[in-house]
Amino acid sequence: MTIRPSTLATSACAFSLLALSASLAQAQAPIVIGLITKTDSNPFFVKMKEGADAEAKKLGAKLLTASGKTDGDNAGQVTAMENMIAAGAKTILLTPSDAKAIIPAVKRARAQGVMVIALDSPTEPVSAVDGLFATDNYKAGVLIGQYAKAALGGKTPVIATLDLFPGHPVGAQRHNGFLQGYGLKSLDAKSNDLAKPPEVVCMADSFGDAAKGQTGMENCLQKNPGINVVYTINEPAAAGAYKALKAAGKEKDVVIVSVDGGCAGIKDVGAGVIAATSQQYPLRMAAMGVAAGVEYARSGKKVSGYTDTGVTLIAAKPVAGVDSKDVTTGMDLCWGNK
Amino acid sequence: MTAPTLSSSAAPQGGARQPWGGPAAAGSGQPLVIQAKGLVKRYGQVTALDGADFELRAGEILAVIGDNGAGKSSLIKALSGATIPDEGQIFLDGQPIRFKSPIDARRAGIETVYQDLAVAPAMTIAENLFLGREILRPGFLGRVLRMMDKKKMLSESISRMNDLKVGIRSMTQAVETLSGGQRQCVAVARAAAFAQHVVIMDEPTAALGVKEGNMVLELIRRVRDKGLPVILISHNMPHVFEIADRIHIARLGKRAAVVNPKVISMSDTVAVMTGAKLAEELPAEALA
Amino acid sequence: MKAKLPPMGTLGPFIALLLACAFFATQSDRFLTLQNFSLILQQVMVVGTIAIGQTLIILTAGIDLSCGMIMALGSIVMTKMAADFGLSAPVAIALGIGATALFGLVNGLLVTKAKLPPFIVTLGTLNIAFAITQLYSGSQTITDIPEGMNWLGQSLRIGGTNVLYGVILMLVLYLVTWLALRETAPGRHIYAVGNSPEATRLTGISTDKVLLGVYVAAGVFYGIASMLSVARIGAGDPNAGQTENLDAITAVVLGGTSLFGGRGILIGTLVGALIVGVFRNGLTLMGVSSVYQILVTGILVILAVATDQMSRKGVR
Repeated sequence: MTIRPSTLATSACAFSLLALSASLAQAQAPIVIGLITKTDSNPFFVKMKEGADAEAKKLGAKLLTASGKTDGDNAGQVTAMENMIAAGAKTILLTPSDAKAIIPAVKRARAQGVMVIALDSPTEPVSAVDGLFATDNYKAGVLIGQYAKAALGGKTPVIATLDLFPGHPVGAQRHNGFLQGYGLKSLDAKSNDLAKPPEVVCMADSFGDAAKGQTGMENCLQKNPGINVVYTINEPAAAGAYKALKAAGKEKDVVIVSVDGGCAGIKDVGAGVIAATSQQYPLRMAAMGVAAGVEYARSGKKVSGYTDTGVTLIAAKPVAGVDSKDVTTGMDLCWGNK
Repeated sequence: MTAPTLSSSAAPQGGARQPWGGPAAAGSGQPLVIQAKGLVKRYGQVTALDGADFELRAGEILAVIGDNGAGKSSLIKALSGATIPDEGQIFLDGQPIRFKSPIDARRAGIETVYQDLAVAPAMTIAENLFLGREILRPGFLGRVLRMMDKKKMLSESISRMNDLKVGIRSMTQAVETLSGGQRQCVAVARAAAFAQHVVIMDEPTAALGVKEGNMVLELIRRVRDKGLPVILISHNMPHVFEIADRIHIARLGKRAAVVNPKVISMSDTVAVMTGAKLAEELPAEALA
Repeated sequence: MKAKLPPMGTLGPFIALLLACAFFATQSDRFLTLQNFSLILQQVMVVGTIAIGQTLIILTAGIDLSCGMIMALGSIVMTKMAADFGLSAPVAIALGIGATALFGLVNGLLVTKAKLPPFIVTLGTLNIAFAITQLYSGSQTITDIPEGMNWLGQSLRIGGTNVLYGVILMLVLYLVTWLALRETAPGRHIYAVGNSPEATRLTGISTDKVLLGVYVAAGVFYGIASMLSVARIGAGDPNAGQTENLDAITAVVLGGTSLFGGRGILIGTLVGALIVGVFRNGLTLMGVSSVYQILVTGILVILAVATDQMSRKGVR
């Protein structure tokens, strides 16, 4: 049987149109990436979202965001993950509120072919996720520890630590890193406990909050008025500590160090409130996460292992033997409202 | 004893006992304090009051009885301002009145003692007596800052309760520490203290034991003797017969009869209440 | 036979406070100093003021779960308005207190006109206030505040120690409110509404007016607390107030005020707030982790409610 030329032509056209539209559709289907932060209200995560948003727009991906209700709200994060995967997310970027409790949900997601990257805080075990983009919090602590020791000259350190709250890995890493950098007896980067060498006369929990930091500092000063070094978990706690010291007339005699590198905190470094702070880069973490997600969707290549997103010591007054950048650099790189 | 600053009764003192003729019902021949004509109240399909009439004379204790659904609570609610009748007229001391709320009735001098007493248990007797009508300190402290004159309220409470011979020792006791009968006395004393025309009592002896019930009945008599007519709703026939000067029997939303407890028998009264007997069938001296 | 205790009122909490102080005095020689007590007072200054409003509401048998969030809203409104529009401190503070009073009014209207239970209403407004605060502040702390907002954080020298003006204000507020509750007719009506709303209504008192007044007054106290919070930390913090929410209720309960309404003395709330503050301060001086402070607070709350129940069972 012979096929008429016109029929052949029509079918060829039809088939090629079909193929073309199919490939067009595939090229146009947006890459969906999910970002789940601990909370919505911490400026650190607000900035992370902005960074992720900007990068997603640049690369033409669609970003879904969600968060837990409070620090520690694991259930909220699990629900968000499930919803995002159902909505088509192929990559989940996650700052875990609870390093262990999130593991089952992560496993389920990866079993469905979803790439899970932890940002800022590690899971436990770290290998449960495909990759971790985070600040080396231990190193952040070491840098400010080294600075504090040098800044104190040769004086005997009388140290107060304003920590996060017991059991949190980031709180432990920064605290122990600080003590290590200072050259005191400390614990290693894997530990979740807070080291307490004899030079540390007071430890208080600030929950990362200015008012509680102030209360903690006041009580520590009451316990030992001779405190001359204060390590703080983040810059709001440092601001609170400074207020307490100022009220006691001791703000000039005490070296306050911190971690974060938010714009408000860098301003405080410039104002002499904080002697030095380790600046971290949430926007970079988020952007890297989004880029990795896009890459995975396009080529199927996953990330692996830990990628250090960098930490820089920012100080107004440099000290001998410790590398630091100045406040102007800090302001350029800072996150938050300038 | 200080002159009563709170209650002044327009009606003459005492339950009049006519010295002539048979045991006439106290109050007959006395002026009308409250008169109601043709009261109608409907709740949807149900007609609670179907042209009910009512009369309360000065110086008497009038019991209102009736079976469930007879309309006695609707009647009382209309008189105390808790509901507004659809039709009919109410006169107080001969003047037509229209109550839009219980507060209006109170302002007109009609006080009601509710079945659940309306006392705040954690507050003292003195505080409860003056709740909502606290005596304020004179001058700026009272008028602007609304500070209370607690000493005066306490002494007033003591004198008021002594007046009515209520035997509670301390006015600063919390009401919840009192027995049921004592609480009832506090509620009655409060109404008597502030009423200027009428005191209405809803089931005052319900839920009380014999001794306490009698204590309350005594108190009610003293209230009447001070010149305040009392409307009493009760299911307790022995108490009604013991204390009432006249008995208003409500039935099917109307007034079936008003009888003289000194003459009529309890069984006849119940018969009229249930409809087994009609008012026409009663002997003349049984009516009041 | 059930355990019977005499009515304890505020005596129980006060004894608990004294016992706690005695204990910590033995554990640290830095505890029993005037300076330390001044410190504790300024640490409970904000919660203590919020708790005045909370006490009024709990006396009416209500509860306010949104108090801390309304306080945070107030502090953001006053600091952001001052920063954005260059307003002077008194004007900005007035606006902040106006905002919190307005929220109090909303709570009150929902409770009285819409007849919704206070627990549910304030559960909703808690989230609404939080969201508005975060949105309006962009989740950023406002540090650029006029100097006038700091003066309550300054101190007066009394008896060899520094006492914050803010603390003095809080104590004055407690005294005035306590007198108002005890000596004025409206104060008595608040107790009456909580003890028996039906009885109160039947005596002609407008329970709606009393409740509305209480919620608005509470809003004003939250506004004053936000002013104190700004003075203490020197900034408008949108994340403030989150623990103060439950801490304020804890202070009221520890102070002996009954959650069922109609019973309680305002000074008890101050004692309750001080108990929490003393434990936090004392445990830090002892070097004990803050988690134990939270544990102790929980145990104390249960003891307080149990004691209240037992002492009332002794009364018929």
